[in-house]
Amino acid sequence: MSDYLVQFNNISKFFGKVIALKDVTMRLKKGEIMCLLGDNGAGKSTLIKTLAGVHKPDEGEIIFEDNKIVFDSPKDALDIGIGTVYQDLALVPLMSVTRNFFMGREPQKGIPFFKTFDVDKANKIAADRMGQIGIDVRDPSQAVGTMSGGERQCLAISRAIYFGAKVLVLDEPTSALGVHQASMVLKYIVKAASEGLAVILITHNVHHAYPVGNSFTVLNRGKSMGTFQKKDISREKLLSMMAGGEELDKLEVELQEMDRIHNKN
Amino acid sequence: MSLKSKSISSKSSLNEDERLKKISPLRVLLNRPELGALGGSILVFIFFGIVAGDTGMFSAYGMLNFLDVSANLGIIAIAAAMLMIGGEFDLSIGSMIGFAGICIAIPAIYWGWPLWMSIVFAFAMAVLVGYFNGIMVVKTGLPSFIVTLAMLFILRGLTLAITRLITGRTQVPGLRVLIEDDPLAWLFATDTFKWLFTWLGSLNLIELRTDGTPLATGIPPSVIWFIALTLFATWILMKTRYGNWIFASGGDKVGATNVGVPVGRVKISLFIGTAVASTIFACIQVLDAGSADTMRGTLKELEAIAAAVVGGCLLTGGYGSAIGAAFGAIIFGTVSMGIFYTDVDTDWFKVFLGAMMLIAVVFNNYIRKKVTESK
Repeated sequence: MSDYLVQFNNISKFFGKVIALKDVTMRLKKGEIMCLLGDNGAGKSTLIKTLAGVHKPDEGEIIFEDNKIVFDSPKDALDIGIGTVYQDLALVPLMSVTRNFFMGREPQKGIPFFKTFDVDKANKIAADRMGQIGIDVRDPSQAVGTMSGGERQCLAISRAIYFGAKVLVLDEPTSALGVHQASMVLKYIVKAASEGLAVILITHNVHHAYPVGNSFTVLNRGKSMGTFQKKDISREKLLSMMAGGEELDKLEVELQEMDRIHNKN
Repeated sequence: MSLKSKSISSKSSLNEDERLKKISPLRVLLNRPELGALGGSILVFIFFGIVAGDTGMFSAYGMLNFLDVSANLGIIAIAAAMLMIGGEFDLSIGSMIGFAGICIAIPAIYWGWPLWMSIVFAFAMAVLVGYFNGIMVVKTGLPSFIVTLAMLFILRGLTLAITRLITGRTQVPGLRVLIEDDPLAWLFATDTFKWLFTWLGSLNLIELRTDGTPLATGIPPSVIWFIALTLFATWILMKTRYGNWIFASGGDKVGATNVGVPVGRVKISLFIGTAVASTIFACIQVLDAGSADTMRGTLKELEAIAAAVVGGCLLTGGYGSAIGAAFGAIIFGTVSMGIFYTDVDTDWFKVFLGAMMLIAVVFNNYIRKKVTESK
């Protein structure tokens, strides 16, 4: 029995000649938040889809609670407890909080063939769950479209947890949010981890990742640059590792150069 | 950590309490999709009550007349509304009505089938057509507008070609004699609550013929079907898991798929629904007229969609109601009949129909913005 809840060992994925991922390894314990950092095109999306069971890895293995797992579909990943919250959140703005929360997995009551959607129970659970994260949904039949971006993100995460996620894969949960909203979501992520979930937080924003992450995996052009514990790496070091770092350094030098020329004239 | 976050979150929710406006019951009502159509129906009744109140339009006979027309349209409008909520269109409704008509008439008249068997046959064909529409849309990803437009032509052409091939004409009469004693036809051809009308007639509360029998003999089958289907569709949409899947499929196909809604199956079943509703429409009309006409149902698909839109369905899917569509049908049915009781030339009906639809779409668009806009 290893310490790890889930292990992704040496995952590779090829699309024809393109190497989208090469030997990416990630291991998570319960309660751990691992931030997956990478610039655009680093292979984050491919990795998420591989974790979620959309893509099958061409090399490598996935080990969940010491069992080797092969996903044939996203449903397989969901069934063992890997809950993925995509950037589009899979929420329908025109539908109510409750109807979104239970979309596809509605609680039913009644006799066979005349089963009804147990709206009262669903309303209660939805309001309850949202209340636990400090979002007061007075009317669970209000449309999701009326909620703020942060609240929507929390709803999507809360739904994944309610339906049995042990590993949460979050795709850019804070990218479209303002500071206040982002901190609300991050707080919720920390809370979820403290309750024993393993969280993979995919982001390109080091400033959001650094305060909440326990470990950091940096992805660059499909390859892992390594996994670092928080105590071993600084925010600045992380930033510069995300490929953007070198370029930002270069940019700084160039700007100084321009400045110098400008002053000369 | 958790303690701290709790205190912060409870504080922030308090703040939000102050920021939230009180929502009046009127606003809640305004957010219901069927409100426009309900209001429209009331306006239409008030209008004709004033303009045509003393013309016999609101006698028992007159009311059954416009209710019958509304109900016929309503049967297909409800199915069209459910499909629209599921995010698709069906333009083949009208052609399906004609096709179902001859599916009943030709086997019954020319092949000697019992009437009930032809009716079952027509419904089987409807399921097939609906399934084909659905599977084409789901598998090819083409807009349902195009797929069902093709089906509109194919079915109408088939109806004409087959009828002329077998009968040499474009009409198949002679069904009326077969209705009696048929184990199935009564479902589509029996007036109900006759005792009520006889009783009202005996009290001289409703108009009588010269022989003393009431002019209106009973509730036509279309009205019973219309009410039953409205209730059934509303139950499905509001109270069942499948109903939630319909909203989800129309609201966001990708999102719904990602959380495990069988979007393809939902859409196919809804296409079968519109084809079956068209066949119910055809059964009622063919058995009432005693004949099938190859042109029956022409343009009905557009009226059905118009009624659904007036009833609050968004053209983009994910929003709407069956009750709304029912009221939409009542508006159109009432005006199309009511116009005969006024001095207005009946040519103006189409103008009204178009204007009504435009107003409804503008209104619906506004509602959608209201519903989806963030705080």
